[in-house]
Amino acid sequence: MARDTLTGSRIRERRLIAGLRQADLARNVGISPSYLNLIEHNRRRIGGKLLVDIASALSVEPSMLTEGAEAALIAALREAAADATNVQAETDRVDEFAGRFPGWASVLAQTHRRIGSLERTVETLSDRLTHDPHLASSLHEVLSTAAAIRSTAAILAEPGEIEPEWRDRFHRNIHQDAERLAESSRALVGYLDESEAEDDHRGVPMEQVEAFFAAHGYHFPQIEDGEEVASVALDDLESSAARLIARRVLEEYAADARALPLQALAAELRDDEIDPLQLAVRTGVDFATVLRRLACLPESLMPRATGLVLCDASGSILFRKSVPGFALPRHGESCPLWPLFTALNRPLVPIRRRVAQMGRAAAEFDCYAIAWPQKVTEFDADPIYRSAMLILPVDSADFGRLNAQQVGSSCRICPKSDCAARREPSILSEGF
Amino acid sequence: MTGGPDAAWPREERARMSRKVLLIEDEPNITEAIRFLLTREGWQVETHAEGTDAVEVIVASRPDLVILDVMLPGKSGMDILRDLRELEGMSKLPVLMLTARGQLRDREMAEKAGVSRFMTKPFSNTEVLTAVRDLHAQASQG
Repeated sequence: MARDTLTGSRIRERRLIAGLRQADLARNVGISPSYLNLIEHNRRRIGGKLLVDIASALSVEPSMLTEGAEAALIAALREAAADATNVQAETDRVDEFAGRFPGWASVLAQTHRRIGSLERTVETLSDRLTHDPHLASSLHEVLSTAAAIRSTAAILAEPGEIEPEWRDRFHRNIHQDAERLAESSRALVGYLDESEAEDDHRGVPMEQVEAFFAAHGYHFPQIEDGEEVASVALDDLESSAARLIARRVLEEYAADARALPLQALAAELRDDEIDPLQLAVRTGVDFATVLRRLACLPESLMPRATGLVLCDASGSILFRKSVPGFALPRHGESCPLWPLFTALNRPLVPIRRRVAQMGRAAAEFDCYAIAWPQKVTEFDADPIYRSAMLILPVDSADFGRLNAQQVGSSCRICPKSDCAARREPSILSEGF
Repeated sequence: MTGGPDAAWPREERARMSRKVLLIEDEPNITEAIRFLLTREGWQVETHAEGTDAVEVIVASRPDLVILDVMLPGKSGMDILRDLRELEGMSKLPVLMLTARGQLRDREMAEKAGVSRFMTKPFSNTEVLTAVRDLHAQASQG
């Protein structure tokens, strides 16, 4: 039996090693035990998000399931060699190395994976420290108040007398600052505690909205069935700003669903290839709507992972659906080389680019983008443009087949030094 | 923009004040403490709490030294410094930058923008006074 048809057997083997019952794993990844049974007996092919979810539930890399341990190890070693700086590994002898020294090879691969994981942690924390407006202003408030107290207290503690008028004023200032410090420290600790407890960083309304959509799998059956947006409960969203943003996104979702109903879209979908432009032509719906619809399909219709980013003409991200392997910064300041932004330079022109993200494992993505003007309701009014980008992961067998454009996530964590689009130095450039 | 030395200082003391520092900081109690310290040292102190028009205020005030907070309403200290250094005659004006962010990259960014000295909050009074004295001495020699 060919290597890739044994994925089910490998899933079974890994499940047994993990001590999980079939029913447990099935529930974990949201499928029925009978369907998992078919997969494990290699009677159903598996890929896309389901494969990623099963691999995650079994704590292994997806390639370990699709290609087996040795192939996964060799792939990891090749990645480690590709990411090394100023060192040329003997990649033509990687099979021999993995075969003769499997233990050392595993140590190297594991270390490389660990570095990747730590880099992602740094990326998240750095992004948060830099762009989380709540955290930045809270820290500024605390440190500025501490500076005021320290400076004033030092003046009062100096030997010798100072004018009573100044002394009284400084006493009053210290009292005010101490009150403020207590308040702002409590608020900061509360914010951090809340973020840690929820294991996410929903500091701004947009992040609450994204968490809400992720919890619904980016799909709302009631809207697909023609119900009003109001039928979707928004009670989980904490702030009124988040509820307002969610309602706007859902209204666009509802309009898209009316323009391109699920049934009509399903009838046009091909199993093996997704061509959004052909879909737009065949269904008579505009390209941007097709991009948004493809990102919000249920897994039964779209078994592969899809990502989506929407932005306005300033480049500010309005909505994100992330896809494994393609890093999307939490707040603005994304890589200007993304097709999402290229589209803003060429409004109404559908764009397709194969891209590879720098600093990541060598994954490739097909990105489809278009920028379009929002509805104009007045004469001579300048149209407001928006842009959408659908991100589809490329099958690893196709890597390198096309010349993929190198893009980044954001400058701060992009290792490309000679980039014309660079805005600021990378924190990874010093050989982190 | 608010006033100079406080009336608490004797007239003759104020009369010999010639060195001027412009303090751009939106935290009023930091402003008050630094103003007290520098006034006592013989500096004429002017203050400003907005980022938006800070460059114009610096140009109009013509201080001997600027103390500049990074996080200001309207415009960041980093942008103010960059814009200031573009102006003729402002490339060597000593600028002491105060910030709550002391990471290496912030420091590097400030140096690239043309800062003379970079100081993280919470600072000590001695650090501020020493920095102001040093910067002024260097500027006088240069």
